Amino acid sequence: MSKLLDIENLTVTFPTRSGEFDAVRGVSFTLGQERLGIVGESGSGKSMTGRAILRLIRPPGRISADRLELNGRDILAMSEKEMQSVRGQKISMVMQDPKFSLNPVMRIGEQIIEIYRFHTKASKKAAYDKAIEMLEAVSIRDPERVMRAYPHEMSGGMGQRIMIAMMLVTEPEILIADEPTSALDVSVQTSVLTIIDKLVKERGMGLIFISHDLNLVASFCDRVLIMYAGRIVETCKADKLHEATHPYTRGLLNSLPRIDTPQDRLQALVRDPTWAQAASVSGRQ
Amino acid sequence: MSELVFDKLNVWFGDDWDRVDAVKEASFTVPSGASFGLVGESGSGKSTILRALVGLVPTWSGVMKVDGETLGKKRPRAFFRDVQMVFQDPYASLHPRHSVDQVLSETLKLHGFKDVDDRIGKLLADVGLGPEFRFRYPHQLSGGQRQRVAVARALAPEPSVLLLDEPTSALDVSVQAEVLNLLADLRENQHLTYLMVSHNLAVVAHMCERVAVMQNGEIVEVMGVEEMRSMSPAHDYTKHLLEASMGYKPAE
Repeated sequence: MSKLLDIENLTVTFPTRSGEFDAVRGVSFTLGQERLGIVGESGSGKSMTGRAILRLIRPPGRISADRLELNGRDILAMSEKEMQSVRGQKISMVMQDPKFSLNPVMRIGEQIIEIYRFHTKASKKAAYDKAIEMLEAVSIRDPERVMRAYPHEMSGGMGQRIMIAMMLVTEPEILIADEPTSALDVSVQTSVLTIIDKLVKERGMGLIFISHDLNLVASFCDRVLIMYAGRIVETCKADKLHEATHPYTRGLLNSLPRIDTPQDRLQALVRDPTWAQAASVSGRQ
Repeated sequence: MSELVFDKLNVWFGDDWDRVDAVKEASFTVPSGASFGLVGESGSGKSTILRALVGLVPTWSGVMKVDGETLGKKRPRAFFRDVQMVFQDPYASLHPRHSVDQVLSETLKLHGFKDVDDRIGKLLADVGLGPEFRFRYPHQLSGGQRQRVAVARALAPEPSVLLLDEPTSALDVSVQAEVLNLLADLRENQHLTYLMVSHNLAVVAHMCERVAVMQNGEIVEVMGVEEMRSMSPAHDYTKHLLEASMGYKPAE
């Protein structure tokens, strides 16, 4: 399997009043043409990892890594101009909430066309046709009407599908999806995931799927990294997630209420300070 | 001890051409001391039922009864002690410039309690927070601790009914487990009646004995938790919700 991304010892640091704080500490993993899940609680560094790959950490935050390569090219050594051609074209990112990711005063069609023409220099007509085609690909009915609409006219599920269409119009090699479905209802969630799944299979895209929903990641991804306090504490095959061995992963799994088996009490997670101290497990393959 | 009765409850917003019927002919009963769940997707009207009950929505028709007393336009004073609500987002429902002490003492004073000081200490202990949390501000608390404060505030007037509007959906699963355990303990110790809204079926299955499934403002099915656990709902929509909640299944 070819490696799209190769990351070794990635660290993201923020200076604070009480000294430096490492949000991500020495994370290593590779991404091939697969669906890689990253799970963990809020503050575990999973979103920061996704942002660091696109160099979206603003100063005073700092990124450092022994290796951060996209198809063998060093991302950290690229100029801002080169990064612009990476962001959106090579690697796209879908954020959690479409409300904050779409421009509220620009028609949806213009936003999609802008991205496509920025990266491909295509004609307006070609860009329009491409945008319609992408909206159809994410199962939006009546794409011509949606192209003329403003984001506030869309429901949450439609907004999220539009985001995905916009991020995929440039046919990126890697999609980073940061909690793409946690603001959506379960039935819409299924249709959004089906779309992503299809694109991964048909285009051989690499997917990094960031989520706090363990059951969802276990059923959707191929491989999972479990993060705690900025480190990877365990990696496993997604379908083996329920047999995970690390006490943190076990604690998370046990704290979930289950529909099929009644429990008197839910198990609360007892945190062991040594988890945060232990070295990060490598997710390289 | 309080029984909640809803009979043919209608709630609407706007009138004439832009009228939206948020809840249509909803009828169900929550026996005293029971825990009842409302599930459905966003916009199905589940939160609106709670809001209509506490009087946050003036436009409703039908019958709502608390402990045998029918609610009119104006609610009796005792109602506001007896029925309390816990909201979804503890980051938004606590005043950012009020300390925990202020939040709780204001509620207690409003309801005419004299021994405010002792009660605050007891309320904090009830929700599993130590006395050191008393003079903290919301930004000094974690999400789970904030939700505990919100529960303490709801418990302050000694209610018999708690309305829980997605009480754990803003929290991590490990913190969710702690808050759900706390709510279960409180119900047992203080003999509370719960009416809980959630889109998470597993949470409702854990907390409630009976569940109403809502779609587009209508209750499509009321079922016991055993039927839900055995995955044998009568209505197609419930089946669809249950299957979707079990995780992702690739389409064939």
